[in-house]
Amino acid sequence: MKKDLVIIGGGPAGLAAAIAAREAGVEELLILERDCRLGGILNQCIHNGFGLHTFKEELTGPEYADRYIGKAKTLGIPYRLNTMVVDLRAEGQQKKLTVMNREEGLYEIEAKAVILAMGCRERTRGALNIPGFRPAGIYSAGTAQRYVNMEGRMPGREVVILGSGDIGLIMARRMTLEGARVKLVAELMPYSGGLKRNIVQCLEDFGIPLRLSHTVVDIKGRDRVEGVTIARVDGNLKPIPGTEEEISCDTLLLSCGLIPENELSQGLGAAMNPVTGGPFVNESLETDKEGVFACGNVLHVHDLVDYVSQEAEAAGRKAAAYLRGGLEGTGRVVSLRAAEGVRYTVPASLDIGRMEEAQTVRFRVGDVYRDAAIEVSCDGRILRSVKKKVLAPGEMEQIILKKQELEAADNPKEIVISVRTQGQGKEA
Amino acid sequence: MSETRELVCIRCPLGCNLSVKLEGGEIAAVTGNTCPRGAEYAVKELTDPRRIVTSLVRVRGGELPVAPVKTASDIPKGKVGDCVKALRQIEVPAPVHIGDVVMENVCGTGVDMVATANVDRS
Ligand code: SF4
Repeated sequence: MKKDLVIIGGGPAGLAAAIAAREAGVEELLILERDCRLGGILNQCIHNGFGLHTFKEELTGPEYADRYIGKAKTLGIPYRLNTMVVDLRAEGQQKKLTVMNREEGLYEIEAKAVILAMGCRERTRGALNIPGFRPAGIYSAGTAQRYVNMEGRMPGREVVILGSGDIGLIMARRMTLEGARVKLVAELMPYSGGLKRNIVQCLEDFGIPLRLSHTVVDIKGRDRVEGVTIARVDGNLKPIPGTEEEISCDTLLLSCGLIPENELSQGLGAAMNPVTGGPFVNESLETDKEGVFACGNVLHVHDLVDYVSQEAEAAGRKAAAYLRGGLEGTGRVVSLRAAEGVRYTVPASLDIGRMEEAQTVRFRVGDVYRDAAIEVSCDGRILRSVKKKVLAPGEMEQIILKKQELEAADNPKEIVISVRTQGQGKEA
Repeated sequence: MSETRELVCIRCPLGCNLSVKLEGGEIAAVTGNTCPRGAEYAVKELTDPRRIVTSLVRVRGGELPVAPVKTASDIPKGKVGDCVKALRQIEVPAPVHIGDVVMENVCGTGVDMVATANVDRS
């Protein structure tokens, strides 16, 4: 099978990318989705809060997905469900995908361009090193979310949640509403990894305590979880002896963050950013493999689906431009560097000649800052400084770079984005 | 007598930190909001707190055993628990479509419960 463009993943990123590519004139395209329906993780995110930026109304996850699924179907965009991409490689400009599903078995697709939109997955318990047996009753928050919201099954009645990522917070509320008792949320870091609004409406509304700087040091029970021991941690995140506290529960949910799902990108040999776990991309969201683009959570983990859709639309447009031969580099490349307090930037470089009038740069900070500023400088000259009341690792930030201001600079080489603290600024 | 209350606006994921100045129990000023919805939220939250409720309803003969639902608009915060309990008492036949009313005037709030996903027949 030959296609101009193959989009790997039919979640919010893949759908928005496919729609934008089709609207930009790409006829021969195909979405490959490994689940049994389009929409990805949105199908199990039944809470509201999606789409305020995009649709100016507050939708639930399935409703948000449905808007895009409806549009993709109206545009006649072909897709295959229950279909896994097992291998992706580039041979010159040709990309070869090895694909598998029940009906057709294993087969190959040749594509001129590929958009990576595989999303992310949860960190697992193995990565957390909690000692003890492996009793039943330990779930990742996302798995529990799928059980409860799509299969109508409750994983347990008395719950402790480790990690205050958004899915954990959302599940604290979900399980409470469905009749479980959520005893507490323990967070290793001194700040939450989730959105503030979720702390308010998922924990505070239900009187669920959030224990910052706490972790689970032991799990009780052989066949089924009977309880956990939590302890306070010191500045080096090591449990402090004597602070242990036993909590009885039958379920432990782990919400310890998400990581981009990039086995295919790695297999392809795309250069990866160890900070995000996603590939490095330029302003066109193209990886260092020509004609391979990335967007959404496979590129870097987002907190807002609206931004995933925006990013994916850009990837779709750029892939269409590439297929038309309109994405030639001009060689006037500037690199972007994350400095003091900023962990990474997406994109990591940009071609001034090729960039659009305004370029969104997204990034995360590594700590909590109050009354700080985001400083953008170009070869040592400050382009701008944006005041921020609060900066937190759980909330993605963005700045806009204008083509005009870069054109005006004399042969710019490097743009640096950093956090500037005023006075005492940084919070312990 | 004046006092300040700190709130986090939950109307959108920006989560602005709001400061509400109270003079003799009356709201005198709201600061920290990025948009007018924040001020509106602060007033509501301190006088008549409301929430949108999202939950599930059991589905008979569907490709999935449950369908997600939400209140069509926000309801008083104190009625959230009752509303979810009321949902547990009912079952709807497949197919279910986005926007279908699964329960009218839930718990006397004047607000309907509507489906938020499509569930086909099995
Ligand atoms: S004040 Fe406006 S921008 Fe800020 S959280 Fe509320 S709704 Fe969002």
